[in-house]
Amino acid sequence: MKLVIAMLMDGVIYASWLFIIAAGLTLIYGVMRILNMAHGSFYAIGAYSGASLVGFYLAGGYPPWGAYLMLLGAAIVSGALVGILIERGLLRIMYGRDEVVMILVTYAILLILEDVIKLIWGVDAYFAYQPYTLLGRTKMAGISFANYDIALIFVAASICFLLWWGLNRTRQGKLLQAVIHDRDTAAFLGINVTKMFSITFVIGAVLGALAGSLTAPGISVMPGIGVEVIILAFAVVVIGGLGSVGGALMGALIVGLARSAAVHLYPEAELFVIYGVMGLVLAFRPQGLFAIATARKI
Amino acid sequence: MRNSTLLVLGAGVAVMAAGMVMPGWLTFLLTLALAKGLVVMGLLLLMKAGLVSFGQGLYYCLGAYCVGVAGDYLETQNALFLMLIAVVVCVALAAVIGLLLCRYRDIFFAMFSMAFSMILYGVLVKSSAFGSSDGFNVKPPLLFGWTPTGEPGPLMAYGLAVTAVTVVGIFVWNYLRSPMGYAGEAVRENEIRVEYLGSSVRRIIYIKYLLAAAMAGLGGGITALAAGHIDPEMAYWTTSGEFVFIALMGGTGHVAGPVIGAVLFELIRTYAFQISPYTWQMILGIALLAIILYLPKGVWSLVERFTKEKTS
Amino acid sequence: MSALLETRSLARNFGAVTAAADIDVSINAGEIVGVIGSNGAGKTTFINMVTGYLQPSSGDILFKGKSIVGKNPRQVMRAGICRSFQVAQLFPELTVLDNVLIAYGLMQHRVLPMFRPLATGNSIKQAENLLQEYGIESYLPEKVMTLPQGVRKLLDIALAMLREPEVLLLDEPTSGVAIDDKFDLMDTVMQAVRKSGAGVLFVEHDMEVIARYSTRLIAFYDGRVLADGPVAEVMDNEKVKELVTGHHLEIDYKREVAHA
Ligand SMILES: Nc1ncnc2c1ncn2[C@@H]1O[C@H](COP(=O)(O)OP(=O)(O)OP(=O)(O)O)[C@@H](O)[C@H]1O
Ligand SMILES: [Mg+2]
Repeated sequence: MKLVIAMLMDGVIYASWLFIIAAGLTLIYGVMRILNMAHGSFYAIGAYSGASLVGFYLAGGYPPWGAYLMLLGAAIVSGALVGILIERGLLRIMYGRDEVVMILVTYAILLILEDVIKLIWGVDAYFAYQPYTLLGRTKMAGISFANYDIALIFVAASICFLLWWGLNRTRQGKLLQAVIHDRDTAAFLGINVTKMFSITFVIGAVLGALAGSLTAPGISVMPGIGVEVIILAFAVVVIGGLGSVGGALMGALIVGLARSAAVHLYPEAELFVIYGVMGLVLAFRPQGLFAIATARKI
Repeated sequence: MRNSTLLVLGAGVAVMAAGMVMPGWLTFLLTLALAKGLVVMGLLLLMKAGLVSFGQGLYYCLGAYCVGVAGDYLETQNALFLMLIAVVVCVALAAVIGLLLCRYRDIFFAMFSMAFSMILYGVLVKSSAFGSSDGFNVKPPLLFGWTPTGEPGPLMAYGLAVTAVTVVGIFVWNYLRSPMGYAGEAVRENEIRVEYLGSSVRRIIYIKYLLAAAMAGLGGGITALAAGHIDPEMAYWTTSGEFVFIALMGGTGHVAGPVIGAVLFELIRTYAFQISPYTWQMILGIALLAIILYLPKGVWSLVERFTKEKTS
Repeated sequence: MSALLETRSLARNFGAVTAAADIDVSINAGEIVGVIGSNGAGKTTFINMVTGYLQPSSGDILFKGKSIVGKNPRQVMRAGICRSFQVAQLFPELTVLDNVLIAYGLMQHRVLPMFRPLATGNSIKQAENLLQEYGIESYLPEKVMTLPQGVRKLLDIALAMLREPEVLLLDEPTSGVAIDDKFDLMDTVMQAVRKSGAGVLFVEHDMEVIARYSTRLIAFYDGRVLADGPVAEVMDNEKVKELVTGHHLEIDYKREVAHA
């Protein structure tokens, strides 16, 4: 019983984390058809800016609760900044190219950003554990969980709700859905697709950075974290169906629970299980769980 | 045709001979570059068919581990035998994975092949028998009972790499001109037409995938012998990304592209790393963007332009 | 005598859309059957089903008395039924010569050779002859992308004819071709077809083309066969006039123009 609860809680916490990362990735793909490898760098940039800002803030002796605002602010500012720079400066001249070429373009961006991060923050690890420990721990069925992790579940749920609401209940969101569904027709109907692209990319980048800054208190922030994260996010969105936010949620839950089961039952399989699940899903649903099948007409 | 084969053979011998007088670091660098060139030649076959595999690291790593593990367990250091094992194991695995992969295209092919290489990575990182994430050392190879000691060691791996690149290069050169080779371009251009001409698109992709796996395994095996050390990093997705990078840099228009690309890549990386250890990735990234923007057919297109100007 | 190709109650739906229903059509050797029908009437769907690109929802397809339902396009083609496409299916980035060479290469070998070159003196000669037969040999070194519509259509049909099929299905061979060139194109194609003695079914919107070349006419409407018989008879059919050719309208329109 204890094991099951531990497994479920860990799985859901991990899934929440995965969802925050994957949501931005899948949103960008859905609208722009760009599988953004640099998403991992957005995550890393968010983590670094979050960690360093919290460090400054707390060193100044301000009330510790403000650290959470710092995390949020760091993510929004850094994510938006990097997102705008990349979208305006680089992606704009690349639009219309093959999807695979776009993967390579974003791969190049990832390589560049990895070093930019090292130039700005150096190669030593950053710690910003205070926001993590400040919330304390809760005992559940005899197992102790960090409240920060539990809060992460609520953050993920709010992001999920906001995205759903934004896409389905606002005018802009509905226009965006039109672009996701059929870009050419949307452009034909007079929707400003280029503007949609910019907005989406910035939102996606902020989500990536937010995932990073929210993770920062729980880990040691050091070079390479983005490179690790991006492939996890890929697995999640591929399982869910590229471009589908609901799919990302499903994918995150599946991967999160599968991984936590592996960690508790057979730790050797931790990494293996994620891609094993992905292979299994794709073997039965080649386009992922929530993708729309398209047949080619001749 | 005969002439060009002879030319390539001649070039192979010349490069081999040059190895005798090169400084050790250059021999080492070229060996690793040529081994990567082999992997990328396989990738080229897939890319000609419009399929970009982000997971050739799977076979690169597997080939290397085959050489390392087989060398230990079978207590053999026979380089050719070890290479054979590497290739056979890689092809066997590809025969299974290929069945699944040949159903996918575009980014799905890319991501799915990456996933498989990450599975191997995940397994190796947790396998303490193989040294987990540290990997393990590979014994120096033997060739026909000859034990190269000291200086000749790296030279032998170099010889092996040059020979493999020459032989595989001649094969690929002929292959690209054969019906099977053209079938790749046909698949990239229009699968429906290929099917209506009576050929199975899946079978074409499958065969290319097997060949690419064999070449990657060979490249990995040579890397293991040359470097004397292997680790799971070889299956990490960034390694596979490097291969795609090299393919793009060299260009997919000619067999020489991957080899030129690989050598260039290793040179840039080595120098960039020496000059500024903090920004070598950035230099690579900028180079990649520049190639995509200004040289979409790779460095080989420069060679072509140059030779055309000369002949016209 | 049973027909060369025969369909029995062939049907296909896409979700709620019925693209074909209850189609009974037969083609005999040497026959040239025209097919008309408005957009979305199910003509292409019919050809797709016969050639194995789409599986029928129900019904049967008999070729020389044997069912070919469930076979894929490769098998159907090998059996002797070939087709052309409404939008020419070629290798756009490659030259016309390469297109033909690849077509020969893929068609001739079940197991594709890896060591023999595709382009040899002989195979190039063969390709040139084929292009000559269709009068497009001058485009040999050009990329398909850059070709005019008509040439693309001809090349597409030439590739369909490579295997000397017993049944040839042409999906709008003259679509996208200028009116003046339609007859030239059809003449070229029909000449090649008559030589082979294949049974032909061709989809066409232009009534003059239909009248000139077909020996029989089938009218499709809303996934069903509306009329099937001698050309004049089908064209005179009231329902066909009303639903397919729209001749009532056309005549009215002409009259109005004349009065104005
Ligand atoms: N792959 C598909 N998926 C969904 N619906 C399809 C598909 N192919 C055809 N349809 C539908 O089936 C119906 C018949 O289409 P079909 O292409 O056979 O018409 P057609 O007679 O060839 O018309 P046209 O003159 O425009 O070529 C149409 O309503 C079409 O939208
Ligand atoms: Mg049609």
